[in-house]
Amino acid sequence: MSGDAIVAAGLVKSFGATKALDGLELSVRTGEVHGFLGPNGAGKSTTIRILLGLLRADGGTVRVLDGDPWGQATELHRKLAYVPGDVTLWPNLSGGEVIDLLGRMRGGLDKRRRDAWLERFDLDPRKKGRSYSKGNRQKVALVAALASDVPLLLLDEPTSGLDPLMEEVFREAIAEEKRRGDRTVLLSSHILSEVEALCDRVTIIREGRTVESGTLAELRHLTRTTIKAEVSGDVNGLAELPGVHDLVTDGRSIRFDVDTASLDPAMRALTAAGLTSLVSQPPTLEELFLRHYGDEVRVPAVVAP
Amino acid sequence: MKMVRLILRRDRVLMPIWVLFIGLVPLSYVSAINGLFPTAPQRQSYADLSAHNAGFVALYGRLHGSSLGELVAWRGGFIPIVIAIVAVLTVIRHTRTEEEAGRRELLGSTVVGRHAGLAAAVLTTAVACLLLGVVLAVGLTGQDLPASGAWALGMSMAMAGWIGVGIAAVAAQLTTGAGGARGIAMGVIAAAFVVRMVGDIASLGSNGLSWLTWVSPLGWLEAIRPFGANQWWPVLVLVGLTVLLTALAAALSARRDVGSGLLPARLGPASAGPALRSPFGLAWRLHRGLLAGWTIGFAVLGIVMGYLASSVGDLVNDSKEMAQVFARLGGAQGLIDNYLASVTSLFGLVASAYGIQAALRMRGEEAGGRLEPVLATAAGRTRWAASHLVFALLGPAVVLLASGLTMGLAHGLNVHDVGGQLPGVLAGAVVQLPAVWVLASIAVLFFGVLPRASMAAWVALVLCMVLSLVGPAVRLDQWLLDLSPFTHVPHLPGGAANALPVVVLVVIAAVLAAGGLAGWRRRDVTA
Repeated sequence: MSGDAIVAAGLVKSFGATKALDGLELSVRTGEVHGFLGPNGAGKSTTIRILLGLLRADGGTVRVLDGDPWGQATELHRKLAYVPGDVTLWPNLSGGEVIDLLGRMRGGLDKRRRDAWLERFDLDPRKKGRSYSKGNRQKVALVAALASDVPLLLLDEPTSGLDPLMEEVFREAIAEEKRRGDRTVLLSSHILSEVEALCDRVTIIREGRTVESGTLAELRHLTRTTIKAEVSGDVNGLAELPGVHDLVTDGRSIRFDVDTASLDPAMRALTAAGLTSLVSQPPTLEELFLRHYGDEVRVPAVVAP
Repeated sequence: MKMVRLILRRDRVLMPIWVLFIGLVPLSYVSAINGLFPTAPQRQSYADLSAHNAGFVALYGRLHGSSLGELVAWRGGFIPIVIAIVAVLTVIRHTRTEEEAGRRELLGSTVVGRHAGLAAAVLTTAVACLLLGVVLAVGLTGQDLPASGAWALGMSMAMAGWIGVGIAAVAAQLTTGAGGARGIAMGVIAAAFVVRMVGDIASLGSNGLSWLTWVSPLGWLEAIRPFGANQWWPVLVLVGLTVLLTALAAALSARRDVGSGLLPARLGPASAGPALRSPFGLAWRLHRGLLAGWTIGFAVLGIVMGYLASSVGDLVNDSKEMAQVFARLGGAQGLIDNYLASVTSLFGLVASAYGIQAALRMRGEEAGGRLEPVLATAAGRTRWAASHLVFALLGPAVVLLASGLTMGLAHGLNVHDVGGQLPGVLAGAVVQLPAVWVLASIAVLFFGVLPRASMAAWVALVLCMVLSLVGPAVRLDQWLLDLSPFTHVPHLPGGAANALPVVVLVVIAAVLAAGGLAGWRRRDVTA
């Protein structure tokens, strides 16, 4: 067993004329919670479907738990659980029946955990599939996945439709899984705070290609820190430093953004001027995200359903 | 009006095709009947025979005269059913299906009234049916048939569609799922057909049930008697019925929320029973209602048709002149056998609809997004498909067995000869199975190879129906008739039991299904 639960390299997948994946790279280490970020239509769901053997990649290599997801689908699926982003249930099966059915077909589920998660997600398992709301359908799939004791969880935007309270329960759930240490979670999302709170490492994709990958700390390195400071004397040479941007001086208060590489000289310049107050704000994932998708955010595109 | 335009836009190909196709089909009957029976005496003797053939009367209704127009109208007696079914499918497609998919909500949040969706679907479909009637009437007038009769026939066809529209509008309000709504509407049409059929067959013999014809809206259609009496009052009655049903649908729609049905949702068990643990357990849950419904329906139909069989033979005893004609057809027993064989082949055609429906459940599961979570478990693709195939292939077997048993028993008990009659009738029903399997396997093939075109399997069934029910009447070439698997099914009871075509059909079905499964194992799961 290698250290990686999922390795995908150079994944290509086309649907007719549209290229959904165009050389995507993804590696998820065993035992980590990996955030999979991208805007709608970036190829997150397509990637997960390939990992599940529901779609066959046109090119590239992919290994899941050291197996071929297309050829060894049945064996692999005993070791993983999947939560789709848009859960549809059988109209005439109750939620409890669906949870049990999916768990049994996966090779068994833990009755105790099942009941505990039902309780925590506040879900009535007796309702028929047709009468659940979207959020409740999502909970059915989440309980079914969390209740089975499998090493790998593939979650495709699992919190869409959940209210903030239940989103919190979900975060607790993932945090608990993480503490166990033997579970790997791939969490696709476009909710940045969720990923920031839960994930060890993230992969950001866009138009079927990986644009960033690494730990949150590593990714933060690539962006700027916002500094707000008050000084007693005059600051010299700050404006000339490469890597200092958007410098605003208002009497004794100073505000600027600085590249990680220039943090040290900038701080020296500030302390030389007699630092009296300092607020440093690390870059949020939001900013990371906007840096990659900024152009898309500014030009609202009409997305076909 | 925007909703009407939306429907027209979505159906811009489909709707003109069915309006023109169904509207023009009866035109081919004119030349066909003219070619077969060019003189009035020939038509008279054909009409005399047909009017007393229980199988024909069951399918097409009563025949009152022997003019060319009346024969054309009578021979087209199955077309109203087809129109009603098409109307049902169209209305439900634009009402309940939309709601189920959530598109209705999208539109509901814009500036359309709450009845707009229903009104638009009803209006558009009703107008399309009317156009169909006009096409038919103009076409027949162009073939030198009396205009009054042509218009009466055209309007009777339009009214058949309107009945479907009304029934579908109400059904769409009752259930949450489009499948359930379609089932209810089809069930009502099937019941109307059976009631009319029983009444009409009863009218042949000394049976007291002939009043049943008047219980069915399809019986009222018959009362128009195009090219004969040309009665217009039934048209008014049917317009009234449609308006009433639509008003009922609107009233029901006002009382419920978007997305919900009127039939309440009940609570289910909190955990799954021991059987629900495999793809087969799931398939059983998904198919059992359908299987039970079809089995009960076929069993009841078998009882009715079996019970009526002996009255077909009564004809021979009733009239001396007819007896001579019938003697050539094999006497009373020959006549009854002929009737039983026609009924079993009709059962075969209808059971194929079940086979296709059950096979296409697979596509429904896939397109509905319910397949992905199942395939993401250790349930393999082949095992999952096999679980559904059990029902697509063995389900029709159960259904045909049930109908054969009840029909053979009912007829046997009636003539005090269960031992003599039951085996033949049962064989006649079961021998349909290979042909049914061919059609179900066509559905499997489409599912495996061209999933998005799966609905085309229904086209195959419609073609078989046309070839079986219409083909011989319009004297189609034999090679065309041979395309339908039902052409090759031995005619039992009464006909020669030949094993070869049965074996060949089974092999064809196996090859088609295997091709479908092979395609399924190789392809992507698509929405």
